[in-house]
Amino acid sequence: MQALYAQLLVGLINGSFYALLSLGLAVIFGMLNIINFAHGALYMMGAFVAYFLLNLGGISYWWALLLAPIIVGIFGMILERTMLQWLTGLDHLYGLLLTFGIALIVQGVFQNYFGSSGLPYAIPDQLKGGMNLGFMFLPIYRGWVVVFSLVVCLATWFLIEKTQLGAYLRAATENPTLVRAFGINVPRMITLTYGLGVGLAALAGVLSAPINQVRPLMGADLIIVVFAVVVIGGMGSIMGSIITGFALGVIEGLTKYFYPEASNTVVFVLMVLVLLVKPTGLTGRAA
Amino acid sequence: MKTRSIASLLLTTALTFAATGVASAQDKTVKIGALSDQSGLYADLGGPGSTLAAQMAVEDSGLAAKGWKIDIISGDHQNKPDIGTAIARQWFDVDKVDVIVDVPNSGVALAVNNVIKEKNGVYINSGAATSDLTNAQCSPNTVHWTYDTYMLAHTTGQALVKAGGDTWFFLTADYAFGAALERDTTAVVTANGGKVIGGVKHPLNTPDFSSFLLQAQASKAKIIGLANAGGDTTNTIKQAAEFGIVKGGQKLAALLLFLTDVKAIGLETAQGLNFTETFYWDMNDKTRAFSKRFAEKMKNNAPPTMVQAGVYAGVRHYLKALEALGGNPHDGVKVVEKMKSMPTEDDLFAKGEIQPNGRTIHDAYLFEVKKPSESKGPWDFYKLVGTVPGDQAFTPLSASKCALLKK
Repeated sequence: MQALYAQLLVGLINGSFYALLSLGLAVIFGMLNIINFAHGALYMMGAFVAYFLLNLGGISYWWALLLAPIIVGIFGMILERTMLQWLTGLDHLYGLLLTFGIALIVQGVFQNYFGSSGLPYAIPDQLKGGMNLGFMFLPIYRGWVVVFSLVVCLATWFLIEKTQLGAYLRAATENPTLVRAFGINVPRMITLTYGLGVGLAALAGVLSAPINQVRPLMGADLIIVVFAVVVIGGMGSIMGSIITGFALGVIEGLTKYFYPEASNTVVFVLMVLVLLVKPTGLTGRAA
Repeated sequence: MKTRSIASLLLTTALTFAATGVASAQDKTVKIGALSDQSGLYADLGGPGSTLAAQMAVEDSGLAAKGWKIDIISGDHQNKPDIGTAIARQWFDVDKVDVIVDVPNSGVALAVNNVIKEKNGVYINSGAATSDLTNAQCSPNTVHWTYDTYMLAHTTGQALVKAGGDTWFFLTADYAFGAALERDTTAVVTANGGKVIGGVKHPLNTPDFSSFLLQAQASKAKIIGLANAGGDTTNTIKQAAEFGIVKGGQKLAALLLFLTDVKAIGLETAQGLNFTETFYWDMNDKTRAFSKRFAEKMKNNAPPTMVQAGVYAGVRHYLKALEALGGNPHDGVKVVEKMKSMPTEDDLFAKGEIQPNGRTIHDAYLFEVKKPSESKGPWDFYKLVGTVPGDQAFTPLSASKCALLKK
């Protein structure tokens, strides 16, 4: 039973990465109607930026948490301005192919320079060590990841669903022409939204740098699972993707305990089941 | 006069025949295929570095100056047996490749082994670990260089059991390699009076090991045996440090660890790990000289891993055998027989031999990862702890199940 508690907690930790990443995807899909396959590559870039900040500039993890999302977010906004914006109104497939291509290029460039085994990034001193919870030894850093990503997820949800700015955003996706008639710069809002989604990916990258290796393929390995999470949660649903992210982390953790061989397929089995029963996803509404 | 012209005619004809006969025996074209994981989790320990090693072996052989034409092509098997065998078939059927080298990932390596036997090519494997290549699945076309699971189990594994690590829990990569390494290590552990009290099989290329590590922790085993490789091993070691596993009194047995893995983990976390390799760049003047030349040509200036060193040594020996044959017969079995009949000797693995089952025998070295304070350079990672002579490190012929030995 004790082992079970531990697995639940570990699942929550992985779930927080799924949640952060799928949240970014959901925001981008919901507001821009783009299936952002470059998300994994941008997540990887976040981790690399943190690595560069520390090793080239001596800038600590804490600043990286703020700076890396901004730097990668700006990169994302340039992508949106120069490439993605021309796809407005076209079939989803074009956005998917374009972003997939971008992901391959970005990963290829990083792999060319840094190889595939990755670079070490140490856990910041303040978060080193762990505490004994009785049923498990919880590394403080992992606890921090859960709390921090939960706060970020809820803040994002609040921003989009409960504030004036979020209301504009949602309105702009529903009917851009009408919103523009009210004097709001819709293209700029779209760009900023893409930047926000990308920033969330980069933030997840910084959070994961001390846990996993900083590797060019770290995003490619994760992104397929995250897409499954988004599909299960319902494309474009903010709260849906947060909850499914955490829930699937837990389910995956339990699978690792009861039947480890299936742990990297369980999410996809669930995806198939959900799509068969409710094609719009658990929290999605019919388009 | 008449008799003389007939005699000269006969002589010319005979000479022409003789000349064509010599020409076919002296075919001096060779095509080498370096098949590896070029972009995935094993790309740094093999990959482009293995292709470079093969190129350097060709250059150092000096055969080009003697009229040989040697080409190298490379391919990416993406750690998928079906892709690996498809490339191998295309290489033999279309590109007329003579020899395939490297091939990390035991699953791919065993699949490719069958294709090469069927096509009568030459197989010099350096990257794969499974001891089955020279055991149950041995082939007259195959030479296995560098290392195998038997050797890893009988060096690192045995040393740990003898040092008191008598209860083991395995974290095993769920494919041919992990299974072979766990099997061979379990045999050593039980033979030395130890006990395996549990284990868990994880999928290849797992980013998060915390669930598995918690199970290993709960097992209270003295040794947690890592029967995985590359990115999987680095993630396990890094995350084990996070969960305080070593501080809690359990010991990690990195059964297979490469130079590039240590670089990726960082000395801070990796220090003190014990493991076995058959090549390290900083062993002696010869290995240092080769590694310097190699690193200058590598993108990130990395010295060779033991897998890449094995590719170099294997190709050198292959070319020596061809030279001794006087030409390329394009007959895999014949070339491999020649390779087995000649003792091996090169700058990287010193002297050795290839056994009848295809296993190359050379010394193995027990290393310990240095403390950050002991490291003097960007790749100065290992301390030599002990040397295991080749005949003790690898499967003794009496224990080999290879069918080639029964003849």
